Amino acid sequence: MPDLGLEVLLKGKNMARILGGLGVALRISLLSVMISIFAGILMGMLMTWKNPISRALTRCYLEVVRIMPQMVLLFLVYFGTTRIFGWNLSGELSAVIVFSFWGTAEMGDLVRGALISIPVHQYESAAALGMTSGQIYRYIVLPQTVRRLIPLSINLITRMIKTTSLVLMIGVVEVLKVAQQIIEANRMNSPNAAFGVYLTVFLLYFIACWPISMLAGALEKRWR
Amino acid sequence: MNWDFIMKYLPLYRKAAVLTVKIGTAGILLSVVIGLVCVAVQYFKIPVIREITTAYIEISRNTPLLIQLFFIYYGLPKIGIRTNAAACGVAGLAFLGGSYMAEAFRSGIDAVETIQMESAYSLGLNRWQTLRYVVFPQALSISMPAFMANIIFLLKETSVFSAISLMDLMFTAKDLIGLYYQTTESLFLLVVFYLLILLPVSLVGSLVERRLRYAGFGT
Repeated sequence: MPDLGLEVLLKGKNMARILGGLGVALRISLLSVMISIFAGILMGMLMTWKNPISRALTRCYLEVVRIMPQMVLLFLVYFGTTRIFGWNLSGELSAVIVFSFWGTAEMGDLVRGALISIPVHQYESAAALGMTSGQIYRYIVLPQTVRRLIPLSINLITRMIKTTSLVLMIGVVEVLKVAQQIIEANRMNSPNAAFGVYLTVFLLYFIACWPISMLAGALEKRWR
Repeated sequence: MNWDFIMKYLPLYRKAAVLTVKIGTAGILLSVVIGLVCVAVQYFKIPVIREITTAYIEISRNTPLLIQLFFIYYGLPKIGIRTNAAACGVAGLAFLGGSYMAEAFRSGIDAVETIQMESAYSLGLNRWQTLRYVVFPQALSISMPAFMANIIFLLKETSVFSAISLMDLMFTAKDLIGLYYQTTESLFLLVVFYLLILLPVSLVGSLVERRLRYAGFGT
């Protein structure tokens, strides 16, 4: 059997350090997900407004997020704001800002999709029964929207977790950075560490995302 | 804004953009092929290979491209599989994109109702003819939005190639920021070049989507 460099993981606190790095990545993504879901629900409602100005603005926002790679946005916030405004944002804070900015647009689009997927006759029937617009939202629109929305927003969580791997590039010490450090430190006594350690990181991401994807798939099937 | 700086380094960005587009195109073409193969395997329910493709799709969809690239570029050479950075980028993009394309095509095929296939069979069409004349045209139209979104997604994902030292747009920008501290100009050029690549794709995408929106007859 070839040397796969797996023994490095058992040395000292290496495995605990890798898991700690994954913790940093998960913390950034969970924080951004929470902000995105709240802001995204408001954004989605805003997107259904018929007002041409709000329409144009939300449309522009969505297109910017769609077209710009998240990595470019990270660079803009992390390096750009330092230069232009003199702010000194930490890597983690910039990451949360960028991922929330991105997630709000994605979530907003999902909310908009779910809201307009409810047929007009549902609103009309509710209004004909004498419900106020608040009651229509509370008892008719929300329950149906939420069912359509939950599987999709769970998917957004896995995308968020996957995207946090990019924060390596703006100097946040997360799982990939820790992996690099471990490989460098053991360069002499286990030259094949890169295989074992990166495989472990690969599997850790899979273990973090796969159950969430499965849950989203199962909910989607059940609530269809 | 230092326009001299911008003019001076414009060719560098142009070269990087060409590299991004080249690797992106190769990766996308390969991922379409992989996606079609996966979907064909699942459509014809080929045993064993079908389970393998399902496992592949789950693995590829639930891990980030950056980690996949690190594993291919730094991990695999340790067990004797050596590639250069460009091939590695194409392979990584195809590995990631294959599953996304497969899912897009599958959602299109799933959306074609069973009754349509049954009607085709009862008219005497064989399995291949049903696929060619009944399922495929409708699936194409339905999966087009997801397909276009995937192309944009994959082109955006090329931005992580700088991590395996490919001289793409991100790499160039980071390099120039590090060398000359002309952060504003470097980032401005970065944004402009990504817009030049992705805006036309996005526009063409919505045009094609509109042209192909013919499915949904009778629903």
